[in-house]
Amino acid sequence: MRQTTPQADFLRGIWRENPVLIQMLGLCPALAVTNTVANSIAMGVATFFVLTGSSLLVSTFKRWVPHEVRISTYILIIATFVTIADMLLEAVVPTVHKALGAFVALIVVNCMILSRQEAFASKQPIGRSLLDAAGTGFGFIIALLMMGAVREILGNGTFLGFSLFGPNFEPWVIMILPPGGFLTLGLWLLVLSWVERRRAESARVADWPAGVAQRRVA
Amino acid sequence: MTDSPTNPQAQTQEDVPSRKLMVTLAGAGAMAGLMIVFVYGWTQPTIQAYKARMLAAAVQEVLRMPASYDTLYVHDGRLVNQLPDGTSAAGVEAVYLGYDADGSPIGYAIAAGEPGFQDIIGIIFGYDHRDGKVLGMKVLESKETPGLGDKIEKDTAFVGQFEGALTPLLGIKARNATGDPHEIDMITGATISSRTIIRTINNAIERMGPMLEAYDEGTGP
Repeated sequence: MRQTTPQADFLRGIWRENPVLIQMLGLCPALAVTNTVANSIAMGVATFFVLTGSSLLVSTFKRWVPHEVRISTYILIIATFVTIADMLLEAVVPTVHKALGAFVALIVVNCMILSRQEAFASKQPIGRSLLDAAGTGFGFIIALLMMGAVREILGNGTFLGFSLFGPNFEPWVIMILPPGGFLTLGLWLLVLSWVERRRAESARVADWPAGVAQRRVA
Repeated sequence: MTDSPTNPQAQTQEDVPSRKLMVTLAGAGAMAGLMIVFVYGWTQPTIQAYKARMLAAAVQEVLRMPASYDTLYVHDGRLVNQLPDGTSAAGVEAVYLGYDADGSPIGYAIAAGEPGFQDIIGIIFGYDHRDGKVLGMKVLESKETPGLGDKIEKDTAFVGQFEGALTPLLGIKARNATGDPHEIDMITGATISSRTIIRTINNAIERMGPMLEAYDEGTGP
């Protein structure tokens, strides 16, 4: 197996294997609750909490969990943290909790969380699992923020509730409705894949023998 | 996530006794229960306090800003000002009687809930039983589909119709409107949720109406 550093464990989930933008996991909350920046942050933080908590427990108890019942045990652990997150949100930020509605409970079936337990936390030491979970969680928050910012700015003319364009701005209501979620995600993926392709192209050019590269560029 | 035949771990592993599987799951379940009970006990007071604050605000809203209001409890099929000694107010159904600045009653705020599309939709509505008029309606609790069913609380045109509507309410499609004060335009795409609210109000009035009358006669106008 390839040697990894703590930084690599942490950074991998943020960008190169971003759960939403690259792995295409956890799309349900990414589409459903990103109509405002505040909701995106709350959803991202709740998921971050569930993910790190579950990874910590799964990694701690991995030696005692028999292979046959591992998925049930993981789901039980995840569901516990989701219930806790749900109650904490309701106690601390009740209005946000109301806006997120049923989607907090649906974190249980977010495949991003289960995939991190199955693919990583159940095989790795506690420290690495926590770093991996934190990185993936941050990646999820970043992806939700990218969606939420675009949707709230265009769909409501505000950012975190502050008006950006003054009273003459006509909001694009579709951006905060469900179709806007698909549109925004699609456009972000387009941009990212274009950037990725540009980078791959220039990397290939750099690998070519000097003469070829010159001819190709010219 | 399934065990593929090529998974070396699955092949080399011996049969684990089912007792071990049960102990593992029971242990995980017990730990989960303990954690949830601990957090529940810790967060519940805050949540309850917030709910009480929201309820007071909702009573203010659906009775159109009464100068004051009394809490009446349902006890033995009657409304009483005060529960008999030794009974706890927790879990007892209550209605709220609002008064205007002169001290004359405006109407009752009644909380009720019935199953909607996803879960129980809890509402509170103001009701003047003397002329059978709804004063206002507010959704307290709902898990209806975001973007469709949740219009029952976000669509101000729908919520606004309840002010001044006569009971029993009648849900109709907007194109069939005749201007009858019993009519409530239902929301396209939220038919079940809108119908639930109308049904909740009608049923609650049918159930509470006699109690409200009886209370009025008991205290005198």
